[in-house]
Amino acid sequence: MAISTLPEPPVKTMPSVAEIRADFPILDIEVHGHPLVYLDNTASSQKPIQVIEAMNRYYREQHANVHRGIHYLSETATSAYEDARRRIARFIHAGSTKEVIFTRNTTESLNLVAYSWGRANLGPGDEVLITEMEHHSNIVPWQIICEITGATLRYVPITDRGELDYEALDALLTERTKVFAFTAMSNVLGTINPVEELVAKAHAVGAIAVVDAAQSAPHMTTDVQALDADFLAFSSHKMLGPTGIGVLYGKRDLLEAMPPFMGGGDMIREVKMSGSRWNDLPYKFEAGTPAIAEAIGLAAAVDYLSNLGMDWVLQHERELTEYAWERLHEIEGLRILGPGPERRGGLLAFVLGDIHPHDVAAILDMEGVAVRAGHHCAQPIHDHFCIPATSRASFYIYNTREEVDKLVNALYKAKAVFAF
Amino acid sequence: MDDLYRANILDHYRHPRNKGHLENPDIHYHDVNPFCGDEITMELKLDGDRVVDVAFDGKGCAISQASASMLTEEILGKTLDEIRHMGKEDILEMLGIPIGPVRLKCALLPLKVLKAGAWGLEDWPE
Ligand SMILES: Cc1ncc(COP(=O)(O)O)c(C=O)c1O
Repeated sequence: MAISTLPEPPVKTMPSVAEIRADFPILDIEVHGHPLVYLDNTASSQKPIQVIEAMNRYYREQHANVHRGIHYLSETATSAYEDARRRIARFIHAGSTKEVIFTRNTTESLNLVAYSWGRANLGPGDEVLITEMEHHSNIVPWQIICEITGATLRYVPITDRGELDYEALDALLTERTKVFAFTAMSNVLGTINPVEELVAKAHAVGAIAVVDAAQSAPHMTTDVQALDADFLAFSSHKMLGPTGIGVLYGKRDLLEAMPPFMGGGDMIREVKMSGSRWNDLPYKFEAGTPAIAEAIGLAAAVDYLSNLGMDWVLQHERELTEYAWERLHEIEGLRILGPGPERRGGLLAFVLGDIHPHDVAAILDMEGVAVRAGHHCAQPIHDHFCIPATSRASFYIYNTREEVDKLVNALYKAKAVFAF
Repeated sequence: MDDLYRANILDHYRHPRNKGHLENPDIHYHDVNPFCGDEITMELKLDGDRVVDVAFDGKGCAISQASASMLTEEILGKTLDEIRHMGKEDILEMLGIPIGPVRLKCALLPLKVLKAGAWGLEDWPE
């Protein structure tokens, strides 16, 4: 079914942040005697009641296996599952639901491309180009596939400002490059990469472009057709949806030509003892019983985001990030990695003097402030800046300036404990 | 926070005991915590089965580094067999602070490195 024939999602007037917060029951909990200040959204977002209820309703009223039974519940579940796919396809402006494959998460989506496309299309002499700012999930699958196929893995370096080194990129992209895989937004530096431009550069040398949209899809408009991305991957749990489901968008002709990733039920048209024929898209890539409730939950999540409007989401986070950028810089000894607020998404990774990020996070936690500490699955970035780890505060639609103030106050407490 | 970062923890973190390296140690072992990148090296000098000198080196959070520093004091004069029998409870008692499941690995890393070096035991101490 063509996406354009779908009814538009219901239009809602813009709620206040207080109204948004009321949709998130978990934001009411107390942590160590303080109201929760949840600033670990880059790792995973919280869920609104609309998502929780959609999944609840599914299990109470609609559940059976999909695409299998000829009975009322199986048909209800199948319709709900496929309707979810249509709503998600519309959210990313995909031309067809055949191009929207459900996976477990971004990691599985990227592995699917690396294994399925990579094994069929890469060999000795070919090059895979990624960047120094990738999450491990867009590094390790390519390392493995290069090992298997004999292709060579190359990295676009980053500058000390935390942006891609474009001169180096132009030199590294050659006719040997078969894939250019890069993140739309760094989960450590916050850097927003110019995806459309990078895709065009890849296409100019005949390479396919694989976009890790794990950090961009939750926070800004994703239009796979305008970007002209060949593949684009993201995770539900970072964008108000449940864990256990992610998406791989792929251009139809590429997906058609690829061998399956996993074998099993649902992904075949016909199985004979002598061999099997593959099912049509997208089912060829969805072996086994899928995460049905999770797909429905993700669809409720993208409806929630669409109601707010992704421009509003980005704007809200930008304002918070600008405010946090200023306030954090008031703290002596605090250093933020990556570019200024006008060129980054809603996250700030930082070091505070010589206090270890674990200790910073532990003290913040005692004040009810949740941040992440560690290498955030992006060791090459930390190696570039010669630091083992950072603390990271990250924002979403429900965060407020008052919460930024609480973060800053808690950071002063950390400084006092470790008095330097 | 006053719980987790008690004065003795901060004292061991700021002024680590036995930090550095031994000349010709009988046992030398290094490992990292894959979850956070904290690093610990443990070195022992033995007289027979008994620890007569000890040093650690490392990078990491206050909990892992204080735990290493305290552990060096704890094991001086002990036998390897006594070290073999040390476990999670010994470390928690030594630190004397409540530690949640995530930070537990920070606290246990020094003992893990020690037991791996002394006995080839690679598992997290229980
Ligand atoms: C940029 C980026 N890519 C990929 C991932 C992996 O996402 P998941 O763990 O959901 O597969 C993350 C999540 O941390 C990320 O931030």
